[in-house]
Amino acid sequence: MAKRIDVTGLTAYYGTHKAIDDISMHVEPMSVTAFIGPSGCGKSTFLRTLNRMHEVTPGGRVEGKVLLDDEDLYGPGVDPVSVRRTVGMVFQRPNPFPTMSIYDNVAAGLRLNGSYRKSELDDIVEKNLRGANLWNEVKDRLNKPGSGLSGGQQQRLCIARATAVEPEVLLMDEPCSALDPISTLAIEDLIGQLKSTFTIVIVTHNMQQAARVSDRTAFFNLAAVGQPGKLIEIGDTDRIFSNPTVRATEDYISGRFG
Amino acid sequence: MSQTTVTEEPPRPRPSVRPTTLRRPRLPGWSRGALLLGSAAIGTATGLVAGLESRVQWGLIAALVFVVGGFALTSAVEGRRQAVDRLAASLVWTSFLVAVLPLASLLWETIARGIPGVSWYFLTHSMNGVLSWQDGGGIYHALLGTVQQVLLASVIAIPLGLLTAVYLVEYGSGRLARAITFFVDVMTGIPSIVAGLFILSMWIMMMGFGYSGFAGALALSILMMPIVVRSTEEMLKLVPNELREASLALGVPKWRTILKVVLPTAIGGITTGIMLALARIAGETAPIILLVFGNNMINGNPFEGAQSSLPLFVYEQWAFGTESAYDRAWAAALVLIAFVMILNLAARAVARWKAPKSGR
Repeated sequence: MAKRIDVTGLTAYYGTHKAIDDISMHVEPMSVTAFIGPSGCGKSTFLRTLNRMHEVTPGGRVEGKVLLDDEDLYGPGVDPVSVRRTVGMVFQRPNPFPTMSIYDNVAAGLRLNGSYRKSELDDIVEKNLRGANLWNEVKDRLNKPGSGLSGGQQQRLCIARATAVEPEVLLMDEPCSALDPISTLAIEDLIGQLKSTFTIVIVTHNMQQAARVSDRTAFFNLAAVGQPGKLIEIGDTDRIFSNPTVRATEDYISGRFG
Repeated sequence: MSQTTVTEEPPRPRPSVRPTTLRRPRLPGWSRGALLLGSAAIGTATGLVAGLESRVQWGLIAALVFVVGGFALTSAVEGRRQAVDRLAASLVWTSFLVAVLPLASLLWETIARGIPGVSWYFLTHSMNGVLSWQDGGGIYHALLGTVQQVLLASVIAIPLGLLTAVYLVEYGSGRLARAITFFVDVMTGIPSIVAGLFILSMWIMMMGFGYSGFAGALALSILMMPIVVRSTEEMLKLVPNELREASLALGVPKWRTILKVVLPTAIGGITTGIMLALARIAGETAPIILLVFGNNMINGNPFEGAQSSLPLFVYEQWAFGTESAYDRAWAAALVLIAFVMILNLAARAVARWKAPKSGR
């Protein structure tokens, strides 16, 4: 199920502006990899290159290779739509579809991609809402709009929506930054469970969160404002937080800058 | 105000802008009503004494007294800031009344004069064989013509307009999109008579077709399309990008994202825009005169032969200038207003029904 990601020499642009420069790394399957670093260092941009969402932004352009097991996402003849079905994404702000009910939101990815029988969908919706620890809270109001839920519930709904299409990799772009500590805890617990099925990459500004949820941590930084972001170092989370090899990482983690 | 404990030379105290008390003198609650009555009285009195004929002038004098008096009174008792606030508020209300009065009087006039003429007979019979000075006759042929022409125009203009707007917002960038936006803006400003002349020269004179409801509908669709494009474009721009990204990230192709996520989210506003465009073309006369010609008989085929329409009917009857023709013109005008009003209400109902629900 879960797949390994190998990135080599990846550079991303917004128009003529180079946002991230020459990044090479790999992401282990069935594990959680956290990206940390100051604002504007290209963590989110890099994350979005991993499911070809970067090119949705006007002027977005990518050079380099991203291998999913052994297929290059940017190879010739690759359909971005298939890439995104394989590599799902959860965004910073919860964004359930406002015209759809809770049920329809979870079923959206499947319904919009093909036809399913009602009983089949019922099972998938229940399974994924359970997987997102949301089932007990919403099982009596599946036909109510998703926008009526609290922020934390909406974000778990979005996670259920992303997992319902059964991707191999799940990208999370600061999924807790708009949530309170209790909802954050719920999502972190959920990430711990999800990694048994998915390869998870999470961008976070919260270093404690990175330390709590991730197996490996990558630190990004930029030399100065306007310069492209770079990968400074990546390694096991314990090692990065206790014994970083680069001075900048240590400074960032210990709160001396950033 | 407060004691300073600084040992160095204390800064020279500046006059404080902080008030010493939170209370301020205020005008009593009944003062506004009294002022309203007072200014109405002054307006009436001035009108009577100066022998002004028009009640509108009385009203304007009263409004002026109300605005100026309110400002002076508040300024004397409560202070400058409150007085300016009162001035702005009363100006807004007065302008609102001045804007609404003509509309209300127009509605009142049309209803009062039109109601006696409207009956089931009037709605279900044509003017076939009725002479201009005779009573009776009806608008069935005109109503039928308006409905058919407006429907045909919508069938042409709505899909084209919607697709253009989708292109502009979701796909278009660069020169082509800018050019389309420019021409849509130009089209918005086309006078209806010009649209009529264009279809007259193209469809009837060059291509040799005859007068028909369809020719009129072609001109109406030219008038309708830019409004549909514009309003749909604005509505699509309001759909948050996050929803598009959420859908794309689920592996949904772009066209399905637009069809199933973007358009449903904006459908309420789009419907309102389309209905406003419909209301606008339902009242057009000039292209109808040029292209549909007018007809006293019922012609149920919009593709062949002259038809009538409600605005054209009103124009014709008014031109006859007889008592019974006047009555028919007012009654037809009332039906036209009701037709547009029903369209508008229907649009609002659809918009409310389809709008994203908050669900709380």
